[in-house]
Amino acid sequence: MSHQNDPLIIAGQSYNSRLLIGTGKYKNLEETRIAIEASGAEIVTVAVRRTNIGQNPDEPNLLDIITPDKYTILPNTAGCFNAEDAVRTCKLARELMNGHDLVKLEVLGDQKTLYPNVVDTIKAADKLVQDGFKVMVYTSDDPIVAQELESLGCVAIMPLGSMIGSGLGILNPHNINVIMEDAKVPVLVDAGVGTASEAAVAMEMGCDAVLMNSAIAGARNPVLMASAMRKAIEAGREAFLAGRMPRKRYASASSPMDGTIIG
Amino acid sequence: MQIQVNGEMLQVQDDITLTGLISQLELGDKRIAIELNLEIIPRSEHAEAVLKEADRVEIVHAIGGG
Repeated sequence: MSHQNDPLIIAGQSYNSRLLIGTGKYKNLEETRIAIEASGAEIVTVAVRRTNIGQNPDEPNLLDIITPDKYTILPNTAGCFNAEDAVRTCKLARELMNGHDLVKLEVLGDQKTLYPNVVDTIKAADKLVQDGFKVMVYTSDDPIVAQELESLGCVAIMPLGSMIGSGLGILNPHNINVIMEDAKVPVLVDAGVGTASEAAVAMEMGCDAVLMNSAIAGARNPVLMASAMRKAIEAGREAFLAGRMPRKRYASASSPMDGTIIG
Repeated sequence: MQIQVNGEMLQVQDDITLTGLISQLELGDKRIAIELNLEIIPRSEHAEAVLKEADRVEIVHAIGGG
């Protein structure tokens, strides 16, 4: 089975790519555009911020470069530290995207860790689902919180591998496994992946997809890393579908022992 | 009259509409979303939305983020 006939389905929409990427931290919009193209991503996150009044009226707009006809734009609530701000941001995002209601909910605890504030994440998820949003939710790797968010109606559960922007990889694969065992909606590792092997590990574990930003934008060559991530996600997914060999404690020869010239 | 736009005070003519404000700020061709006193005002209603003294307007757009 190749990845072509193994789509990722989120909120009823089908996607070929299992790599979702952010658009922050790039040198400029052109680098953003080329990196996204190299990654093969179809879902691209953006942030919602106040428009600069009276400054740079000719500044190019991100959505002129990353256009909604080519990509599924996933507005996030980054920078929100309580449920009310996150809900307001999502409503602004829906207006900005002409009614498109897929959002990435993240309610953060503090600046130092950017760790999810799960209490307000749950409050905001509840309000947003009631208001008709399709909520992909960033959360901790706590399986009980993940279950709660799914039962509220979130369309994807996105536990962190490690802290946002840390590049420390997946620190607690066992928790991610428990979350996946119970989830009936896609589970994406969001945050923490630092390099291609870590993206492959997430996919080999059976995660439905990976969302990343810093690992690509923070690489010495972001475009090359975007291409590496594309391959890692595909390789990891194929390895998961193929099913790895069992681990053994001792050697098992690949060449037959019969017919050797010895003895 | 004075209104607040993105946290800053701004002098505008009385009875200005959101469409008028957008044009005063030279944001006419930008993809933006507007909140007036914590309520989203859809694009289709900007022309009829008349502002009053001390209104609080938020104008946002999409930027790079993860």
